[in-house]
Parts: sequence; structure tokens; C-alpha cells
Amino acid sequence: MTEQATGSHHPQRNRSAVPAAPAERMTGAQALIRSLEAVGADTVFGIPGGAILPAYDPLMDSSKVRHVLVRHEQGAGHAATGYAQATGKVGVCMATSGPGATNLVTPIADAHMDSVPIVAITGQVASKSIGTDAFQEADICGITLPITKHNFLVTDPDEIPRTIAEAFHIAGTGRPGPVLVDIAKDALQNQTSFSWPPQQDLPGYRPVTKPHAKQIREAARLINEARRPVLYVGGGVLKARATAELRILAELTGAPVTTTLMALGAFPDSHPQHVGMPGMHGDVSAVTALQKSDLIIALGARFDDRVTGRLDTFAPHAKIVHADIDPAEISKNRVADVPIVGDAREVLADLIVAVQADHEAGHRGDYTDWWRQLSFWRNTYPLGYEVPDDGSLSPQQVIERIGELAPEGTLFAAGVGQHQMWAAQFIKYEQPGTWFNSGGAGTMGYAVPAAMGAKAGRPDATVWAIDGDGCFQMTNQELVTCALNNIPIKVAIINNGALGMVRQWQNLFYGERFSNTVLHSGAERVPGSTQGVGSIRNHGTRVPDFVKLSEAMGCVGLRCESAAELDAVIAKANEINDRPVVVDFIVHEDAMVWPMVAAGTSNDEIMAARDVRPDFGDGMED
Amino acid sequence: MSKHTLSVLVENKPGVLARITALFSRRGFNIDSLAVGTTEHPEISRITIVVNVVDQLPLEQVTKQLNKLVNVLKIVELDPAAAIARELVLVKVRADNETRSQIVEIVQLFRAKTVDVSPEAVTVEATGGADKLEAMLKMLEPFGIKELVQSGTIAVGRGARSITDRSLRALDRSA
Repeated sequence: MTEQATGSHHPQRNRSAVPAAPAERMTGAQALIRSLEAVGADTVFGIPGGAILPAYDPLMDSSKVRHVLVRHEQGAGHAATGYAQATGKVGVCMATSGPGATNLVTPIADAHMDSVPIVAITGQVASKSIGTDAFQEADICGITLPITKHNFLVTDPDEIPRTIAEAFHIAGTGRPGPVLVDIAKDALQNQTSFSWPPQQDLPGYRPVTKPHAKQIREAARLINEARRPVLYVGGGVLKARATAELRILAELTGAPVTTTLMALGAFPDSHPQHVGMPGMHGDVSAVTALQKSDLIIALGARFDDRVTGRLDTFAPHAKIVHADIDPAEISKNRVADVPIVGDAREVLADLIVAVQADHEAGHRGDYTDWWRQLSFWRNTYPLGYEVPDDGSLSPQQVIERIGELAPEGTLFAAGVGQHQMWAAQFIKYEQPGTWFNSGGAGTMGYAVPAAMGAKAGRPDATVWAIDGDGCFQMTNQELVTCALNNIPIKVAIINNGALGMVRQWQNLFYGERFSNTVLHSGAERVPGSTQGVGSIRNHGTRVPDFVKLSEAMGCVGLRCESAAELDAVIAKANEINDRPVVVDFIVHEDAMVWPMVAAGTSNDEIMAARDVRPDFGDGMED
Repeated sequence: MSKHTLSVLVENKPGVLARITALFSRRGFNIDSLAVGTTEHPEISRITIVVNVVDQLPLEQVTKQLNKLVNVLKIVELDPAAAIARELVLVKVRADNETRSQIVEIVQLFRAKTVDVSPEAVTVEATGGADKLEAMLKMLEPFGIKELVQSGTIAVGRGARSITDRSLRALDRSA
């Protein structure tokens, strides 16, 4: 991570090398804001309330820390996540005690699952009241114990600078993650002496970043001996900023690369060695490449169930090289033959040297046959979709065109569901750090606040939120925040009038019984109606009217209902840069995400489309 | 099922025990026994955890997850062949004038102590390994056990080496 993320000094070494500035007397609250300034936090998303109130007073005078007043604490949390991923810095959110803090729980859990560095600062009731069920008291440290990398309860103002320094250090180093700092109101109000940098005291926190040389040599040997290797790249490669090294290793070895949902953009989609995304809705070529491989080199990936499918049938012939900064990920789901603990960037740099040395010694893998198979799968089962012949919009087409018409360097944030998968499939990601989504937690409502955070951190970049109508109704209030704070994001509502992914499962696995997935059941309110907003019958009877809703929140609201006007509407949205824009794309409700590996089944059972199981050329090999 | 004894050195800070026990339950582990106390260094506490597991991999996983806790300094799995493990029991046994001497005899056989005597009961204090204590309790059972309280296992490796040495040095460096 960056200097900002790690703080200004290393905690374990050179403790006395940096002379501390002379101590100044101030309140704990002032010390908190000074500490935030000192660690380089330039943007804080939050909402004040009773217990955190003392901190908001000196915050008003800070010229270095910009506070963005959100409409709901969940928005603050996801905004911090979006900010962190767009900037590479630690995101910050702030809330008061009790409900303010508990509203942060979902984004904290989300950041924990996706290893995003954020620091959440919450006010707590005064230390003497802790444990008395005081007004707006909640044991937020207890509540967030399983979903934070670490958390702190501060009751002594003298502890504030050190705790903030440690929180940023823990969040941003090693495997990144959320850290919560809960500060009692009296600790904010009381006097303390502030000096920076504080001495950090983390004897039990020592992330290993340097990989073991013997393991690297062994991994290189396997790569050069393999006949069907795959580089299985996860989000850790993006977090370690190791994409340049990844490309060198990929091109040096000639091995195919698959990037997970969390790693889109880590390797250019357009690169000839890129075989796509693995997993439940991954490319046939990527899923099959892993399944048929004899060596998987996992880099900052965690063999998530959405990638492996039924674990005991996953990649049955593959040896596993597993490199991760978190030792607990290695052999958690799939036992590794060569475990490597280390930062992805250092692992890749060392692997490049080791593979090169093997090449020079005359050992080089021959993957010609492998590429023949891979190319067959890639060419035979490309991603695709059907365009409805009645001129109505296909959701895939909408998302694909948004991607194609977006200015260079556009950042994309998605919600969770069908639109998320289509955004992963049909937008081409060429650059690292251009795609944010809720991968592990699957948090509906992620897109709008995360896009807001990304735009606040990268005001130069165009930011598109690709959202569903279900997700949008969970967190759209943050568009008010965007409109009032000059954060002009663009939102595409892929509006099929239904909870699309759930509807898809009902379609496939529940005999087309659409229980409670039609968000807009239509003017006639037919019980059990499956008629969504896209159906002719319900044309123009939309509740809510997303265009009006967006306008009410200070945004430009647009609507697009036919393929003929698609490009023009997207172009119009791209031109508006002084206000947030929301486009309500009315799309066909029965579109489905393909390919698909049904939950709990083997990756061998991947369906390229409904009732279409690919021919794996099972006779060709094995 | 096999028994494993983990010695966990942690920073002596509020809430650390909760972090550790919550991790065990979160990852689906049952703790057989648990004992916590300070060490020769007041800033370090030692938690001895005994778990019963079917296979080695999940134990390795939970150990790695424990290691990630910021307040955990060190984890050592003690090999039963090279460690001394002790538990403490206090047991209140029903006794009258006829049975009291038999109970005292059993207590002496197990090198335990009678620490309280009343007309209807004898309270016995015993320390030892789990097997010995189990054997003693089996002998006392026919007299009628009124109340039994048992500590978690504490354990230490044999020989001169100390698992706290290096952790202390780390702590000193950071202080």
C-alpha cells in the first residue's frame, strides 16, 4: 500500500529514529483530527451524532480532511470502500454510537470479505456509561469482532494518536481489511497531549511479505514441467499492485491467465493469453482451463466456492501452487502442493527470476497442445446473448455499450446480481483498479455509494455505477450526497422490474414460481403476477419512477426503452459532468446470466446456455 | 478423534479471551478445556486450549486464524510426550463416620488432599493429568459426589527451553 496507508514509519523498526514533535495540549477530539491529517486521510464519509459530536467540531476547521455528509451510514462505509479501491489509500468512514455504528456493520463485513482497507471511526458513550445500556449504546467492538481485521475501544485520550496510527497500519498492510476504532465520548472531550508520530505497539502483528526462496524455485520448476498450467489470479494481485509483474510472468511462461471477479483488470481482457473469468458465471474457457489443468498457480486468490464449484471435483488433475499474503488462505479449501506465503508483488518478482533461470538452463514448458484445446473452447463457447427481436432492450447489450462508449479510464462499480455478472462479462477491463464490486459478501446496494466514494477519490475519472433496480432501491439516497457535494457519478439502472438473479434461480430451480421477486407487480396487481416492468401490460406504470426520483434528488434522470435510442442516451449521460446522471434502462425481464455452474454442482457441469453443455473434447486428453 | 494442546501467548489486554473463543466457535470448533493466566511477564497472558479434532487440517486452519489475531503473540502445540499437563479438581464427596476413612485412604493413594471435612462430606483437592483424576473420581463415585469443579488443563514443555523467551524479546522491542 501507499505511504499514506502504512503511516509515516514502520512500527517494528527504527522506533526512535523519527524525532517526535514537541507535544501540544489539546482535546482528544482535536488529537483525532490531527492524527487523521497526519496519516494522510483526505476524505471522510460520515454522519455526526451525540457520541461522536466532539470530533465533528475540530473537523469543521480542518483544511486537510474533507468530510462528506452522507445520508445513511451504510453509504459512508461503502463509499470508504470505493474510495480505497479507486485510490489505493485507506478509506475512512465515521459514525456515532449505537445505530450509527450498527449501520456500518454491512459495509465493514463487505470490506472484510473483499480485503479492502478501511478505518471506521465510531463514537461510543462515555466510558463511565459503557455497560449500562445507556442511550445509543451498542457494543460495536463486540459486534464487529468477526468482521474486522482488528478493532479498538479507546477510553483514554492519550491513546488516540497511537490507535489511529495502528489502525491505518493494520488496515493497509499485509492482507488489507477493515479496522474499527470506537472512541468513548469523554476520551474525545478530555485533554491530552498530542505528538506525532506516536510509538506503535503491535508485537503480535508481523505480516510476512517476502516469499521463501525454496518454494519459489519449486513453483518455477512445476511451471516449466507442466503441460497444462493456468495462472489463477485473484484480487490480491490488484491489492499488491503487482499487475506489471503478472504480465511479465504470463508472457515469459506463455501460460493462460484467468482473472477472478475480484481481479478484473489485473490482466488486460484483450490480451491473447487471457482466457476469461472463472466461476459460477465465468467463461467456459476459463472454467474449463482450471478444470482440465495439471497445474494451477493461484496468486492472491482463495479458491472461493463460487470459483471452485463442488470442491471435491474441482481441477482433479491439478497440482496447486498457492501464493497468498494470508497463510490461513493456503490449504484452507484446496490443499496446496507448493504453499508460498508472501506479497503477490514480491512473489511474482521472484517467480520471474526463477522461471527465467530455469529457461536459461534449458527447462521450458511446452504448452502448444494446451493452447490448441484452450483456443477451441474459447472460440466455440464465447460469451454471448440474444437480442430480443421486438426492439426491446437486452440488458447485456446495454452494459456492453456502456463499456464501449465510456471514456478511457472509466471506473465501474456494480451492485450484486445479474447486472453485476453481465458487467463482469461484457465490459472489457484493460487497466487495474477500474472495477469495484461486492464479491465475497454479495452486498446488494453496494454500487451507488461505492461509485460515490470512487468519484470522490478520483474526481478526474468518469465513474459509472451499473446497478439493478432492486439494488438501487437499497442505497439510492446517496445520490443526494453526490448532488450536493459535487460528486457527479453516472448510474445505469438495469431495470427488469425484478430481483433478476433470484428470479433466474426460480426460473431454473423452482419451476418458474416467482415468489416475491417481481418488484413492480403492475397496475392490475394480479396475485402472483410474473409481469415485470418490462412487459407491455405494465408499460408506463412504474413505481417508483426512477427518472422522477433521480430528479428529486438533484440528478439528471434519463430513460431508455429501446435499442434504437441506446447509444444516444448513453452518449448524453457521458456528456453531463456537472451533476449525477441516472439512466433508467428498461430491459427484458427474462434475460439470464450464462454460462452457469449451478450452486453445489461440479464445474464439469457448466452450462454454456440453457440446456447446452459444452463439448469438452473429453476424448482429446486425459 | 485426537486431543491437541495449544499454548497461546497473548497480550494481556481486555477482550483478548473473547477474540480467541469467538474465533473457535466461528470456525466450528469445540474447546474441550481452557485455562488462562498471567505469565512471568505481566504484559503476556498464556491461554492453554485443549481441542478434540478428527483430522489435522482444520486444526492447522484454526491455528493459522488464531495467529492472525493482532493480540496473539505466539502459538505452540505441545507434544504430549514432551510436555507436562495438569488439571486441578475440587470434589465434595458424601461421607459419614463409616465411609470417611475409606475416602481418606483413596485420597492418599492418589496423593490428593482432603481440604475440608464436615459431618456429611469431605472436600478433596487433587491435581494431575486427566487420566489420574478420572481414575480417582471413579473410585470416589460410589460414595456419592455432591459437587465437582474442575480447572482447564495447563501445560508446559519439558526441558530448559521456554516458549515465552522470544515473545518477550518482541514485546521489549516494541515497548
